[in-house]
Amino acid sequence: MFTQYAVHHAWFIPLLPAVAFVVIGFFLRRTPVLSAIVAICMSMISFTLALGIGYGVVAQHITVEQPFVERIPWVDIAGLSINMGVYLDPMAAMMLVVVTLVSLLVQIYSIGYMQGDDGFGRFFAYLSLFAAAMLGLIIAVNFVQLFVFWELVGLCSYLLIGYYFHKVSAREAAKKAFMTTRIGDFGLLIGILMLQILFGTVDFAQLTSTVPEYVKEYGTGMLTVVALLIFAGPLAKSGQFPLHVWLPDAMEGPTPVSALIHAATMVVAGVYLVARAFFLYSVLPDVMLTVAWIGGFTACFAATIALTQRDLKRILAYSTVSQLGYMMLALGVGSVTASMFHLMTHAFFKALLFLSAGAVIHGLHNKNDIFEMGGLRHKMPVTFVATAIGVLSISGIPPFSGFFSKDDILLAVSQVSTPLYVIAVVTAFMTAFYMSRMLIVVFFGPENPENSPHEAPVTMMIPLVVLSILSIIGGYIPYAYHFGEWVRFGVATHEGLNFNIALLSTLLSIVAMLLAWLVYGSGKVSPDLLSARFAWLYKLSYHKYYIDELYLWLNHTFVDGLGKVLYWVDINIVDGIVNGLASMMYRLGDELRHWQTGYLQQYGLVLFGAILIMVAYLVLSAPVFVTALWGGAY
Amino acid sequence: MIGLIHYLTVAAVLFVIGVYGILTKRNIVAILMCIELMLNAVNINLVAFSRFMQPDVLTGQAFVVFTITVAAAEVAVGLALVFRVYHDHDTVHIDKLNRMRW
Repeated sequence: MFTQYAVHHAWFIPLLPAVAFVVIGFFLRRTPVLSAIVAICMSMISFTLALGIGYGVVAQHITVEQPFVERIPWVDIAGLSINMGVYLDPMAAMMLVVVTLVSLLVQIYSIGYMQGDDGFGRFFAYLSLFAAAMLGLIIAVNFVQLFVFWELVGLCSYLLIGYYFHKVSAREAAKKAFMTTRIGDFGLLIGILMLQILFGTVDFAQLTSTVPEYVKEYGTGMLTVVALLIFAGPLAKSGQFPLHVWLPDAMEGPTPVSALIHAATMVVAGVYLVARAFFLYSVLPDVMLTVAWIGGFTACFAATIALTQRDLKRILAYSTVSQLGYMMLALGVGSVTASMFHLMTHAFFKALLFLSAGAVIHGLHNKNDIFEMGGLRHKMPVTFVATAIGVLSISGIPPFSGFFSKDDILLAVSQVSTPLYVIAVVTAFMTAFYMSRMLIVVFFGPENPENSPHEAPVTMMIPLVVLSILSIIGGYIPYAYHFGEWVRFGVATHEGLNFNIALLSTLLSIVAMLLAWLVYGSGKVSPDLLSARFAWLYKLSYHKYYIDELYLWLNHTFVDGLGKVLYWVDINIVDGIVNGLASMMYRLGDELRHWQTGYLQQYGLVLFGAILIMVAYLVLSAPVFVTALWGGAY
Repeated sequence: MIGLIHYLTVAAVLFVIGVYGILTKRNIVAILMCIELMLNAVNINLVAFSRFMQPDVLTGQAFVVFTITVAAAEVAVGLALVFRVYHDHDTVHIDKLNRMRW
């Protein structure tokens, strides 16, 4: 009953936060309490509706074979008709539940975190718009609708990362995020246009049925290009290797925003897009391999950077990049189930970790360096437990949620490629290490006497508790109820846990955690000694492989160089042509003006002379005229 | 017998004298007089054509009356202008009225 209502009114889910945005943005900006109430109420209704849809999946009303699709025409001109609509399959339903839940929790959390901030109302307006954009993206019925909301997500990330716009670094980070993702969006847009040209439609359902026939008839050449172009969008949005640079800088926003960006709304959009367009990717093995390798490389690469970072949020940011690499890897090896499963558990434990980090930073009055913290477990017990659950979950320790999803991915990868499997396992090892390092350095060890930590207010506790519970049970319950039979592409591939793989990864994680304890907890091995021993490795990792510097250098050398060349061309050739024409005209005029004597009589002479010539011509050339003239006279 | 051709010849001679005067005279008053000559040449043409081609209708003659009126008005305006020019520049010699020239 309610499920039916929720499914048929799924468009309310993005609409309600959008309404909240408008109401808050235009009327309630100056009234913090009211704006928070409106935003949270709208999110709550959206979440309820999403739960209804989720129940529809459980009750088998919505399956992969029979998604709920509804379309209304949006643009209809000759040769092009585009719909807006609702496309609900189990994957979308899962995403709806996760996104509405996380954004609701983040909003509740923000009441405490943003207390007393000048832009309180503005913040909630942006949060609502962000959620609305992401939810609209999830239910998109075709690529164009998806692209519209995709860009809206990008805009919101810009607004929220640059929320403290009076800080130069925040402004720069916002610009960086927006421009880096725009690079990918450009490829995505071209890909979508090419799809429209090739197939005459961008509708997911229609493409799903036409793509296999197209491949049979024309081969995969053109589609490979299209798929790679479309992949450029997720590459930037989900922070995959060459375009990951914006994600760590996005930490300049308030911590709840980081939680939202990293867990639910922004970065998973890329993974979701690839999963949504899987009908395209699944027929292109080369592209799949590319996706898998980019994902695997990103996962490992980001993990090595996270090993040495000192900023609490930056560690989490690189862990996000790494986990997103995992999801891409899972997609690349063909397992939508594993990817989506990990997306869900990741949303829980990463939101938990970020919100805990927010509580720590809030408690320490905006201190970010983990080595200035220490010993917080006594003063902030709830936050400590929450972080510990998050760390155990992301490290893949059973029975926490990350264990199930990560092993799902490892299993899927091991069936396809051994090198990738090794990379994934090494990454899991490093993940466990650096997350434990963070936990130990922040919460164990001696207390820093400069700090006066205090536990977070109750509005910040509630989300932490809820997310902690979800991080514990969020893996086992979907596993027990066969997540893979609902969210999948093609036939179900869920084969349960492989004992060997699970055992190996768990053991490695535990070893990594012990190692982290050995180095950072017990003090038996000095971390400074290690970093001195492997100085160049440490530097490389600490400076993030100098990727930012490389981009800056590339920018200076090539973009500015090109700019210089173009400047020269503009000044000398373009302006040269224009100025040359002008001066030519000027000189011509200087010569020609001598003809304009100003003597009226000369002009008259020319006039009458011309008339004389014309008459003479007429007379001489037309005898009839002559006879008529003379003949008429007599 | 004096026919149309004779009138036309006189008119043509008058017209050409007028043109010659306009092109050669340097005195504005003389140029105005030459313009009058040309106008009258046209008047002769009009009357002559009217008389010889369509004797019953007086269109040409009526037209000429208008032309003379307009010419009179033109002379009045033109002479007034010349008077002003003389007042300001102490000359009516057009070669000396070259202030607007480049």
